[in-house]
Amino acid sequence: MSKLTLKTEGDTHVVVTRRFVAPPEIVYRAHTDPKLLQKWLLGPEGWTMPVCINEARPGGKIRYEWTNGKGGGFHLTGEYLELEPYSRIVHVERMHLPNPTPDNHIETRFDADGTGTLMTMRMTLPDAQTRAAMLATGMERGMEASYVRLEGLI
Amino acid sequence: MNGSLKLDAAFSALADPTRRAILARLAKGEATVMELAAPFEMTQPAISQHLKVLESAGLVVRRVEGTKRPRHIAKGGIEAMDQWLAMLRKALERNYDRLDEVLATMEQPRRREKR
Repeated sequence: MSKLTLKTEGDTHVVVTRRFVAPPEIVYRAHTDPKLLQKWLLGPEGWTMPVCINEARPGGKIRYEWTNGKGGGFHLTGEYLELEPYSRIVHVERMHLPNPTPDNHIETRFDADGTGTLMTMRMTLPDAQTRAAMLATGMERGMEASYVRLEGLI
Repeated sequence: MNGSLKLDAAFSALADPTRRAILARLAKGEATVMELAAPFEMTQPAISQHLKVLESAGLVVRRVEGTKRPRHIAKGGIEAMDQWLAMLRKALERNYDRLDEVLATMEQPRRREKR
């Protein structure tokens, strides 16, 4: 089954959906427990997340630091706004590349889908230009494609 | 990283609703600036300005036909964006594939007793 969808919505949103076999409680925990996040939120092969701060409460801080072990790395900071275990998380985040990108406001829903979960992540960027930049470059690093040589694509 | 810059320009170009509408119109076939301006209630210079942005982003190309300069969609540019989005999906999918493995090792929540 093709599980992931990624699409733009309106001028400022990006919506990602993904289905999981596990129920919402488990998927929610894997999104808020630092030890678990360090196992999967990693990017390309060879990248690790040596620093993972995730204070899962309203106002709690988020800080993820990634490294490729060869001197390459970047980090992300954010804050939690709302948490409804085990169905909904609202937070803001920004990438430091090294300058901070404009805030990305993200609502993540975990809805029961049979015995599994449908996750819907709705990102809201401040404006259309920022979304464009994120899709073209920010996600390139943040979503782990930095090592792909673009020249071959164009 | 020319390619990256061009993609950046392409996504920026698409951030404008008028430019998206122009592209949608051109997807149906070639059109001149005059033809493009008609449905948008915009002046030709304004449309030309939008076309310039789309052209430098590699999404639209012009053809010379006598005194006319009909524009059409640049297939390569659109395909590059498609490929890019497909790659982003794939990149994200790698994280979530790993998450699937993590989930499989986690304890299931206690099931309701009633069956």
